[in-house]
Amino acid sequence: MTDRSAPLLELRGISKSFGGVTALSGVDFTLEAGEIHGLVGENGAGKSTLMKIIAGVHTGFEGEMRIAGQPARHRSARSARDAGIGMVHQELSVVPELSVAENVMLGVQPVNRLGLVDWPGMMRRARALLAELGIAVDPRVPIGSLPLGLQQLVEIARVLSSGARIVILDEPTSALSPPEVEVLFGLLRRVRDSGRSIVFISHFLEDVLAICDRITCFRNGRLIETAPVAAIDKGWIITRMIGAGHEELEAGYTGEIRLDSRPGAPVVLACEAASGPGFREVSLEARAGEVLGIYGSMGAGQLDLARALFGRTALSGGRLSLDGRPLALRNTAAARRAGIAFVPESRRSMLFAQEPVYRNVSISILDRISRLWVKPAVEREIAQRHVEALGIRPPSVHRRLGTLSGGNQQKVALAKWLTHLPRVLVLSEPTRGMDVGAKEEVVRIVRGLREQGIAVLVVSTEPETVLSLADRILVMKRGEVREEFAGGTVSKDRLLAAA
Amino acid sequence: MSTSDSAVLPRSGGGLRWLQGQLRNIAPFATLLVLVALFSIASPSFATLDNVANIARQVSVTAIIAVGLTFVILCAEIDLSVASVANAVGIMVAFFTLQDQSVNIANIPLPGAAAIALALLGSVALGAVTAFGVTVIGIPSFIMTLAMLQIGAGICAMLVRGQIAYNVPAPIELLGSGSIGPVPWIVVVAVLVLVLGHVVLSYTRFGRYVYMVGGNREAAEYSGVNVKLVLAAVLIISAVCSGIAGMLGVAHFGSAQQDEFDNYLLDAISAVVVGGTSLFGGQGGIGNTVVGLLVLGVLNNGLDHVRIDSFLKILIRGLILLLALVINVYAQRLRAKA
Ligand SMILES: Nc1ncnc2c1ncn2[C@@H]1O[C@H](COP(=O)(O)OP(=O)(O)OP(=O)(O)O)[C@@H](O)[C@H]1O
Ligand SMILES: [Mg+2]
Repeated sequence: MTDRSAPLLELRGISKSFGGVTALSGVDFTLEAGEIHGLVGENGAGKSTLMKIIAGVHTGFEGEMRIAGQPARHRSARSARDAGIGMVHQELSVVPELSVAENVMLGVQPVNRLGLVDWPGMMRRARALLAELGIAVDPRVPIGSLPLGLQQLVEIARVLSSGARIVILDEPTSALSPPEVEVLFGLLRRVRDSGRSIVFISHFLEDVLAICDRITCFRNGRLIETAPVAAIDKGWIITRMIGAGHEELEAGYTGEIRLDSRPGAPVVLACEAASGPGFREVSLEARAGEVLGIYGSMGAGQLDLARALFGRTALSGGRLSLDGRPLALRNTAAARRAGIAFVPESRRSMLFAQEPVYRNVSISILDRISRLWVKPAVEREIAQRHVEALGIRPPSVHRRLGTLSGGNQQKVALAKWLTHLPRVLVLSEPTRGMDVGAKEEVVRIVRGLREQGIAVLVVSTEPETVLSLADRILVMKRGEVREEFAGGTVSKDRLLAAA
Repeated sequence: MSTSDSAVLPRSGGGLRWLQGQLRNIAPFATLLVLVALFSIASPSFATLDNVANIARQVSVTAIIAVGLTFVILCAEIDLSVASVANAVGIMVAFFTLQDQSVNIANIPLPGAAAIALALLGSVALGAVTAFGVTVIGIPSFIMTLAMLQIGAGICAMLVRGQIAYNVPAPIELLGSGSIGPVPWIVVVAVLVLVLGHVVLSYTRFGRYVYMVGGNREAAEYSGVNVKLVLAAVLIISAVCSGIAGMLGVAHFGSAQQDEFDNYLLDAISAVVVGGTSLFGGQGGIGNTVVGLLVLGVLNNGLDHVRIDSFLKILIRGLILLLALVINVYAQRLRAKA
C-alpha cells in the first residue's frame, strides 16, 4: 500500500552518535521522487553518516525512516539495496583486483544454464553499459589499474545500472575533470527524468547549484535548511555552512587570475625529457618558493608524472635532478630522504585506517624522531600541533583514522609532511573532499610553505585547485606538456581550452 | 597484550562496539580459559605444577618459530618454509660437529662456536634467498616459501643421506636439553625470544614499520617507508628464528634427521593465527602468539590426559584451527565496520 502523496523517502528525528561523538542530531529529511537533492556542509557535518543510514550501512540509530510512506528499517546494506537504494561511497568500494566488468556487474553477474558466470555475456553487457555512459575503458582490465576518476565513473555506472530508485552519490565528482563532470551531469538528468531520485553530495558548490533541484545544508550534525535551487546562490550556502563573512570564498575563480611566477628563483627539482608510464618527454623545473601547478583532464598523465617524481614508478627515459645534481629514485624511501614529499590523490593509498591519527602523522618522520625506539609521546605531541593547526575534527590524536570524515582524513594526509619540511612537496589533488573553508586553509598553508622557500607542485584535474594555488601552470594532454602559463594572467576558460 | 591496536586507543565507540573491536584478542583468551577449565575437571593430573612445566617444554620449539612467523604474518605475508629451515639448520649444526664412529655421515667437524656460527649464517642465507625471491624478483611469499620448503628438505637430505646424527656443540646441547634448577633451558630461551620479539614489535621503529606495512602497504610506500627492506628483514628474521628453533630442537629431541620438524609448520601457523594475529596483516602481535601457543599447548597436552581416541584428537585439532580461522576473518570484518 503505497501512499501516492508521500515523499519517496522520509526521515524523522534521526540521531546518531559514535561513542562520545554526536554525528547527527534530530535530522528531518525528505527526498521527493524525481529530484536531484544536493547535500552540502563542512567536513564532519554528518552528510556521509546520514547517507549511510539510508543505505543500511549504519543500522543503529534513533528516529524513523519511511520509503514511499511505508516504515522501513534496513537490517543491512543488502536489504537497503533490495529496497531500491544504491550508494556510491566517498571512499570507493571497488575491488581493485577484479576487472572493470566484474566490478560493474558486482552482485548481479549474469549466469549461464550451468549456473556459472557467463563471461562473454558479462563482458558484452558491461561494454554496452560503459558505452552508454560514455566511459571509454576496456572492461577486461583490473579496475585498480585505472585512474581514480575512471574508477569513480565505473562505480557510478554500477549503481545507476542496478535499477535503484534512490541513488546516493557521495562526492562523485571529486576525482573527475570538467568534461567527465558534464557527461555525468547529462546522465544524472536522464536518471532524474525517468522518475528516480538522486542525492548528490559535493563540496563543489557550483556543481551543486548546477545540477540539483533542491539543496540541504548541514552543520554540526544538524540539518540547517532546505531550499529550492532557484531561490539561492553560493553565498546563501556558504553562510549556512560556515557562517557569514566569507565573501571572498564566493568569488571563486571565474575571472582573470594573476600569476606570481618567479623566473629568477633557483631551480630545485628539474625533469628533463622524462618518460614513464602515462607520460612522455616531460621537461619541467620546480623553483624554490614557487608553486607550480600541473593541470590536465583525467588521464592526461599529470597524476602519473607526480607518482614518478616520488619514486613510486620508474622513469623509462629522461633525467631528474635535484639542486643541479642528478637524482636517481630507486624507491619512495630514496625520494623521501632526498627531501621530496608526496600526497597522492587517493586517501586509501595514503592512510592507515586502522591506526590512530598520530601514527598516521608520524610515519613519514619516524626516522627523524627516533633511531631505535619509538617515542609515542613525541609523536602525539607533534600530531596534536597539526590537529590544532589544521582544525582536524574531532581534535583527538588517538582516534582511529578510519572514523574521521573524508575531508578530515585529507587534512591528516597533508599533516604528514608538515613537521620536517621537505625541499619539494608534490600535492596530487590536495583539496579533494575538503569543504570550502578547509580549501582556503590549504591555500594558506601552501602559500606559507612557498614563503619558506619550498618548491611546491600542485597536480590536479580540477581547474580551481590549480588556479587557487599555482604561481605558474603547465597544462598536460595525452601524457605531454602542451602549454605553460607563466607571468601575466590566466582564466579558467583558457586553462580548459588548453587541456 | 598487543600494543598495536586497542591498548593505546581509547574506546572509540559504545561498549558493544568496543567489544567487537576486541574480539580478536578476547576470543583466543576465552578459548584458553575454557580449555584449561575443561581439562582440569576432566583429569586430576592436568592441573599440576609438573604438567604446567610439561606444557611449557612442549611448546618451546614452536614458540621460537612462531615469533619469526608473527613478524611475517603481521606484514600480510606467509612463510611456509619455517619447519623445513629449522630442520635444515638443525642438521647443519650437527653436520659441523664431530659425530660418533657409528654415524656414517661425511661431515666436517669444527669447533663448537664455528659450527654454531656457520649454522646461524646458513639460516640467514636461506632467509636472504627467500627475501630476494619475494622482494626483488617479486614472487608471492606463498610460492617462494613453498619452494624454500623444498630446498630446505633437499639440504637436509643431502647432508645426512638418510642417516641420523646425534652430537651437537655443547652450548646447544645445554640450551636444548639441559635445565637450570627445575626450569629447562629451552623454556628460558623461548621466553627470551618471545620477549625480544615483543619489544622489537612494540617499542622499536622497525616494529612500527612492520605494523604499518601490514596495515596498508601502499600507504607505507607513499609515506616513504622502504617496504621491500622491511619485508626482506621479516623474512630473514623468520629464518633465523627457525634456525635457532632447529638447533635447539635437535638437541631437545636428541637426534638430527630428516623430516623431524614436519609438525612444526602447522603448529607455528596455528599458534599465530589462533592467537588472533590477522592474516590480513597489521593487527595482533607477540601477546596474541603467546595466547595461541598456550591454547595449542593446553589442547595437545590436555587431550593426552583424557581418554580419547588418538585419531579423534587429530580431527579435534583441525576443528579448533578452523574455528580460529573463522574468528580471525570475522574479527577483521567487525573491526573494519566498527
Ligand atoms: N565509524 C565512525 N566511528 C566514529 N566516528 C565516526 C564514524 N563515522 C563518522 N564519524 C564521525 O561522525 C562525524 C560525521 O562524519 P561524516 O563522515 O558523516 O561527515 P561528512 O559530512 O561526510 O564530512 P566530509 O565532508 O568530510 O566527508 C565526524 O565527526 C566523524 O568523525
Ligand atoms: Mg563524507
